[in-house]
Amino acid sequence: MNAADVREAVTRAHHEEWARVVASLTRRFGDLDLAEEAAAEAFATAVERWPADGVPPNPGAWLTTTANRKAIDRIRRESKRDGKHREAQIVFDDDPPEPVGAIDDDRLRLIFTCCHPALAMETRVALTLRMVGGLTVPEIARAFLARETAMERRITRAKAKIKAARVPYRVPSAEDLPARVSGVLAVLYLVFNEGYLATGPGTDPVRRDLPAEAIRLTRLIRALLPDDGEVAGLLALMLLTEARRPARVSAGGELVALAEQDRGAWDTGLIAEGHRLVRERLAAAAAGAAPGRYQILAAINAVHTSARDMRDTDWSQILALYDRLVRLDPSPIIALNRAIAVAELDGPQVAMAAVDRLEDELAGYHAYHATRADLLRRLGRGHESRAAYDKAIDLAGNTAETAYLTRRRDQLG
Amino acid sequence: MRYLVSVIDDKSNPGSTDRQPAISAFNERLIAEGHWVFAGGLADTDAATVVDNRGEQVVFSDGPFVESKEYLAGVWVWEAPDLDVALKLAAEASKICDRKIEVRPFL
Repeated sequence: MNAADVREAVTRAHHEEWARVVASLTRRFGDLDLAEEAAAEAFATAVERWPADGVPPNPGAWLTTTANRKAIDRIRRESKRDGKHREAQIVFDDDPPEPVGAIDDDRLRLIFTCCHPALAMETRVALTLRMVGGLTVPEIARAFLARETAMERRITRAKAKIKAARVPYRVPSAEDLPARVSGVLAVLYLVFNEGYLATGPGTDPVRRDLPAEAIRLTRLIRALLPDDGEVAGLLALMLLTEARRPARVSAGGELVALAEQDRGAWDTGLIAEGHRLVRERLAAAAAGAAPGRYQILAAINAVHTSARDMRDTDWSQILALYDRLVRLDPSPIIALNRAIAVAELDGPQVAMAAVDRLEDELAGYHAYHATRADLLRRLGRGHESRAAYDKAIDLAGNTAETAYLTRRRDQLG
Repeated sequence: MRYLVSVIDDKSNPGSTDRQPAISAFNERLIAEGHWVFAGGLADTDAATVVDNRGEQVVFSDGPFVESKEYLAGVWVWEAPDLDVALKLAAEASKICDRKIEVRPFL
């Protein structure tokens, strides 16, 4: 086996086994910090040893065993250092690895602990990426443009709180499950969106690592909770959004609007998978399951990704879906997106009236001004359109978006 | 696991004053379910005295150690197996007291 194969085996094991190793150690030792460090040490040992010894036949079991040993070593070291001179209470467990079912439950426990509502949202995101996703602290810091020391502190504080306040390591009760799952999905959607439309000057407009990570983790949740409609909905939404990524930013680094995207560049594999999930949820809805917001958003994206071009798009279907969404989530941002569908169906004049009603709530949101600018342009109100573009450019944080808005403004003539 | 459960009131927007019967009933339940360790309402912060004897001589100062709009109006000590149980009870307590609640673990 050559060095490249071993490296690939380590990377694959990291992707497939990291969360499993951390999760099973956390259950065994009741300590996230210890589990994380021991898992990291086990992977470092794999990097050292596998090139000489070869990749073990069951990398997951090898990593779990090695991490268990590292954890016990650390407990012994620390109890000696503390002057307690007592042997670690936990004796080494030579039993074969746990059956897959039990280990999967551990990963679910880990996810619910990292996304616990007693933690701040940013902390949940960081902790989930570290403990479940296996990203390093510098990687997470870079992804969120935070200083490494600040990110390290955030994660350390979270682990300390989980331990001190005894945040439980378990899957919530059936009664609490829907709310807690929706909390987990919110974390994953935030990770996805931060990568999809990264904010901040000087950042790559589309960061591939975060969407890929969010999709990987959502797939994991989907595997663990296959009957949850919103999990399927969020996965479909992510896949159908990600499928359009190749067409979303031009070679010149400018955002490309949906109407102008080269639909041939969309990823047909991701679209097919997303459509399969949406069909699965449509069947469930036909059988009486009320779809949640991610499922409706996925359905809207399925309509877009089924159309050959902008004109071919079934806008009445999209508007009907937005009407359902508004009933579920009366947020002004949803209303703004609904207005965009209204413009395609009933013309910019009707849409403009709907958009103007949102001014109080959305005056600080760049997409509100960008939408107005576009509608005003279509209504031939160039002067007002230019002012709206100016505001949108002022407020937009994404470099590709700023470039796009600037060009549209300068084309007003 | 023990938690200090603080009832937070707000001087500019105080909670309602008719909660005592409901709180008593809630306390009965805490006792019956094995969560109750201690409970007590506190007198106004004006009644507090801060004592500092770290220096040469003891210094008494009138009033609370920190003046703020929000203040501690009462405390519970609860026994609960984990934070989820404590938070669920605290959510009920907040409704019953008509005030914010802070849950903080003992070491």
